[in-house]
Amino acid sequence: MSTTQAAIEPLPTSPRRRGGWRAVRERESLTGLVFVAPFIVGFILFSAIPMVASLVLSLTDFDPREPDEIHFIGLANYQQMLTDPVLHESLGVTLRFALLVVPLTLAAALGVAMLVNSKLLAGRNVFRTLFYMPMQIPLVASTIVWIGVLHATTGWLNYGLEAVGLPGPNWLQSTFWVGPALGLMGLWGIGNMMLIFLAGLQSVPTELYDAAKVDGAGSWASFRHVTLPMISPVLFYNLIIALIAAFQYFTQAFVVSNGRGDPDRATLFFNLNLYREAFGFFHMGYASALAWLLFVIVLGLTVVLFKTAGSWVFAGGERCPRWPGRSAGRGPPRVRSATTCGDSVRSPR
Amino acid sequence: MRRFGAISAVTLVAATIVSAFLMPLAYMVATAFKDPSQLTAVDAPLYPAAPEVFVYQGKELKVYDVPTPDGTIHAWALLQPHREDAIFIDPANPGAGEITWIGRPRTLAQHWAFSLKVDNFTAAWETIDFPRLFLNTFGIAGLSTVGAVLSGICVAYGFSRFRFPGRNGLFILMLATIILPFQVTLIPSYALYLALGWVGTWWPLIIPHFFANAYNVFLLRQYFLTIPRELDEAAMIDGAGPFRILRSVIVPQAVPAIIAVTLFHFFWAWNEYFLPLIYLQGKPDLQPLAVGLARFNALYSQQPTLIQAAAIMAMLLPVVLFFLAQRAFMRGVVFGGVEK
Repeated sequence: MSTTQAAIEPLPTSPRRRGGWRAVRERESLTGLVFVAPFIVGFILFSAIPMVASLVLSLTDFDPREPDEIHFIGLANYQQMLTDPVLHESLGVTLRFALLVVPLTLAAALGVAMLVNSKLLAGRNVFRTLFYMPMQIPLVASTIVWIGVLHATTGWLNYGLEAVGLPGPNWLQSTFWVGPALGLMGLWGIGNMMLIFLAGLQSVPTELYDAAKVDGAGSWASFRHVTLPMISPVLFYNLIIALIAAFQYFTQAFVVSNGRGDPDRATLFFNLNLYREAFGFFHMGYASALAWLLFVIVLGLTVVLFKTAGSWVFAGGERCPRWPGRSAGRGPPRVRSATTCGDSVRSPR
Repeated sequence: MRRFGAISAVTLVAATIVSAFLMPLAYMVATAFKDPSQLTAVDAPLYPAAPEVFVYQGKELKVYDVPTPDGTIHAWALLQPHREDAIFIDPANPGAGEITWIGRPRTLAQHWAFSLKVDNFTAAWETIDFPRLFLNTFGIAGLSTVGAVLSGICVAYGFSRFRFPGRNGLFILMLATIILPFQVTLIPSYALYLALGWVGTWWPLIIPHFFANAYNVFLLRQYFLTIPRELDEAAMIDGAGPFRILRSVIVPQAVPAIIAVTLFHFFWAWNEYFLPLIYLQGKPDLQPLAVGLARFNALYSQQPTLIQAAAIMAMLLPVVLFFLAQRAFMRGVVFGGVEK
């Protein structure tokens, strides 16, 4: 990157030398800005300008096949949202799915984290690796595997259900069961959450458990009154990430339904609908408006969660996983600490 | 001794859970090695197998699982079925001659013998043009990873080592981009790339990564902050400039973080589906594995054996890489190692 090479001038050896202060400061600022420049340029090019453009496009009937035929149509796209039955259905699908998959994956990830944190488990590292591993399978490939497993007649899940005497549903063709089926699939994505929970669990001081034991707490009580409050910051972080991910859900739904939202729009997630509007029907003005709706929803949910966080995210207990960020931390305020702990912990995007 | 019992119990429970958790992988492997006809056969086993045949006096006889009155089940070749009885040959001992069995031969189940079919792999490899998809995936993921890592290092260095006006504001702005859904910028970006003639090329999938991503910068910055400033200062006294310090002090000290970021980004790019889908629609020669595989799945959904073989080939490299780099990887996920 040529921008970085522009800054090879050496800094003065002793910034404390009298007189040079301001010059030193200015040079340091300049060098810093040069290094940060890729972000600034990228932010302007790929975030700021497109955001404004997206807002403008959402007020038009832009169609990329006829870019010159673009008209300003005011708030018509937003009005259309109010009466668009497909959009309402997609919102319903997404919300119901979020209500199912967010608690499910959070609980599963926490449960597995506690299991692989147990002192009574031999080969803990092996188990951690195995529980994490499905995350590394390309989503399209893992979805294809699950499509096979969930097949009504040749899938192993229904074999298993039959073996215990339960009738296996036609998972992916039933408007009711396709949601739970995608939820099951989602269990393969608990890896990151699990590791974050694990870090949270390991940062709980053992003295607290000892104290709880002395007070006569059983294992449920010590989970409820020691573990949960102590890991509430990571729980909070995982909750936000899971919620955002639920609203971004796309690939699995696309592969399962070949991009159509089958059966009967039961997998027409918000994002899939947006994709179809933009790249299937080329209603890009309307799709821009949909994108803003998504942004408002996600932002709204995040704000609401942060507002409620004060009442249940335990401030005293925040101890980030033992990683270098902590030594650098300048006493993060209670809620931000959750993000600061967690942010280290995500794969890109 | 009680502790030993508890350890065994917990480990056994964990092993059961992890087996159920990974069961789909067993399904995938078993199916990929099966002959398509086995999937619909009624009495077929779960593992890849073929109905056994026994050649007796030049004739191919089907082998059945035959229960006998003493309770044992024999794999015998059916020579002559009748309504209420049948004549069998014991393939293990054909010299013993014909065995007459009383019972309805129709009720018998065929005997399956373990047998691996690799045809699915060769068929999938050829139909889907795997070498091209691999090359494309490597190209896109590799180039965008280079961009993401280089720009991430630069920006993280800028944020962690220099004071400049508006630094904190910029940093918060950068973190805020994390919650900005990519859909919001998607359509104008698409329109821009369309105007540039970049739709249908790799550029939209690579260029933006040369401008730093918030996750990578955050992770690298946190790590850079732990590198003692004395090292920078020592290098400075030796006359090293900021770029030189970055190259010979910071980067060598931050290798674990850089490896983690590289792996994260590479895996992310390897898996990415949405953007290649829209930017490379109708360009099968340029598409990465994820897009090609989904297309293949849509075309051949009636042939699970073929599709599962394709899925294995698509996941093999990321999974093997993960197991090899597993420690660096998970250490990256929870930095600093939660192992003690």
